[in-house]
Amino acid sequence: MTDITTFWTAIYIVMLAAFTGYVVISRVPAILHTPLMSGSNFIHGIVLVGAMVALGLATTPLEQAIGFVAVVLGAANVTGGYVVTERILQMFDKSGKKPGKEA
Amino acid sequence: MELFQLIDPIYIVTIFFFIIGMQRMSHPLTARSGIVWAGAAMLIATLVTFFTPGLTNLALIAIAIVIGGGFGYIAAKRVAMTDMPQMIALYNGMGGGAAAGISAVALLGTTTAATGSLAVVGGLIGAISFTGSIVAFMKLQGWMRPRPITFPGQKILNMAVLALAVISGLLVILQPAWLPLPVAMYLPLFFVLSLGFGLLMTLPIGGADMPVVISMYNAFTGLAVALDGFSFATPNYAMVVAGIIVGAAGTLLTLNMAKAMNRSLSNVFFGAFGATEETGVEIKGSMKAIEIDDAAVLLAYADKVIVAPGYGMAVAQAQQKVKELTDLLESKNILVKFAIHPVAGRMPGHMNVLLAEAGVNYDHLFDRDEINPEFPSTDVVLVIGANDTVNPAAHREGSPLFGMPILDVEQAKNVIVLKRGQGKGFSGIENDLFYRDNTRMLYGDAQETVGKLVQAVKKF
Repeated sequence: MTDITTFWTAIYIVMLAAFTGYVVISRVPAILHTPLMSGSNFIHGIVLVGAMVALGLATTPLEQAIGFVAVVLGAANVTGGYVVTERILQMFDKSGKKPGKEA
Repeated sequence: MELFQLIDPIYIVTIFFFIIGMQRMSHPLTARSGIVWAGAAMLIATLVTFFTPGLTNLALIAIAIVIGGGFGYIAAKRVAMTDMPQMIALYNGMGGGAAAGISAVALLGTTTAATGSLAVVGGLIGAISFTGSIVAFMKLQGWMRPRPITFPGQKILNMAVLALAVISGLLVILQPAWLPLPVAMYLPLFFVLSLGFGLLMTLPIGGADMPVVISMYNAFTGLAVALDGFSFATPNYAMVVAGIIVGAAGTLLTLNMAKAMNRSLSNVFFGAFGATEETGVEIKGSMKAIEIDDAAVLLAYADKVIVAPGYGMAVAQAQQKVKELTDLLESKNILVKFAIHPVAGRMPGHMNVLLAEAGVNYDHLFDRDEINPEFPSTDVVLVIGANDTVNPAAHREGSPLFGMPILDVEQAKNVIVLKRGQGKGFSGIENDLFYRDNTRMLYGDAQETVGKLVQAVKKF
């Protein structure tokens, strides 16, 4: 593939991904804004795989040091983002499962 | 077949799961399974990445994952539900930091003009998100004064720092021959300036605007991750697609939140909301205190009671007691409803989550548009630790709050405000409601006070 086809492929992908993100969020009730923000916070934790590759391909000590920090931060983003979202959504689950408890 | 050939197929499945996960998270009933889908996808994506061809430093990677993952897990498990908003800010900042780190490593190695440029832009946005989110975290956590921090020449300084960051970034990409210093010198400068700008641009933003800010930095991190996906020799499309989805979703979410607070984004970032006092307006009347027993009488003989909770309820961990009180009132055939302002607490939906945790039923919660017409027919409104979201100053032209949609609690026959002291709200603006004739102040810790109210109401 030439650079220019890679470029246009990238534009296609970016456009469709942006549209997907927009559509997924557009019909969301306000009460789910916080969980969704937290959930999307978890999803950009995919930065971890990039950090792993950056550290894995690092050659100099400086690159290794920065890569190491990046993996630490990325991993915290993933686990922290997951647990926070899970805990928030748990609350919704509880209220959904026991309807009419106090009615 | 070699294992590394699985990487792309698995990344595609990962993205598919991410989208399904977000889709499920956008409906209350399926929300919880959504994060499980996304979590499973993240796990396999992480595992398959270990098979990337030519990957070394495997032990270092594993150690870093254990350290970061362990910290993230333990901190998120330990923190109280009330502190969730700042935890989102913290982890978002870490994602931004990771993105900036990837950019730095990419720029230290060999890059083409295209990958280098994208790494610079990704690094700039990631670094801004990193320090900006940390400041947001510290303000919400109370490690920093939540009110806007302003000083003369602030906007000019901020713009200068941003301009210098962009210029040093350009020098890193272009590497012109006439540079007085070696190119390697401009890379640290670029990151220091970018990190500095994130810090500076968040300082003047007040605590009340933090949800919008955190949401925007969330979108920033997504964008930085996407750009960094292009910084590798072969693009990492999992990062690109997931990052762009978060960037787009986060932008829309940010605009929705700003709209719910009737704030424009430029207002949020340049308005230093809450830094200035409204002058020339004198609030008439005085704050009138009420005793527990008198408040209990009002409640016990009411036909309809609306509870308007705010962050104060969360801080005092009073939601259990509030639930007890409302159960008690309902047992006396009093109609009880909850009025949930879209930005009550520190984030949209924050109150819903806390009340759900305490066992308050979903169908008792009403949002602003549903409940506002009901206040005139309400006997008692119990404002628990809410302030700015019930401030009628929002209806008065010239007030810094003017135009913000509020709960019109002042239209009720009686308003009882539970408050720790006579302080101002998060926005730092005086609340007219407290001076109204039909308002009574019930001072004290919310949990303790509501507990006493329960005992007192039981007597009637």
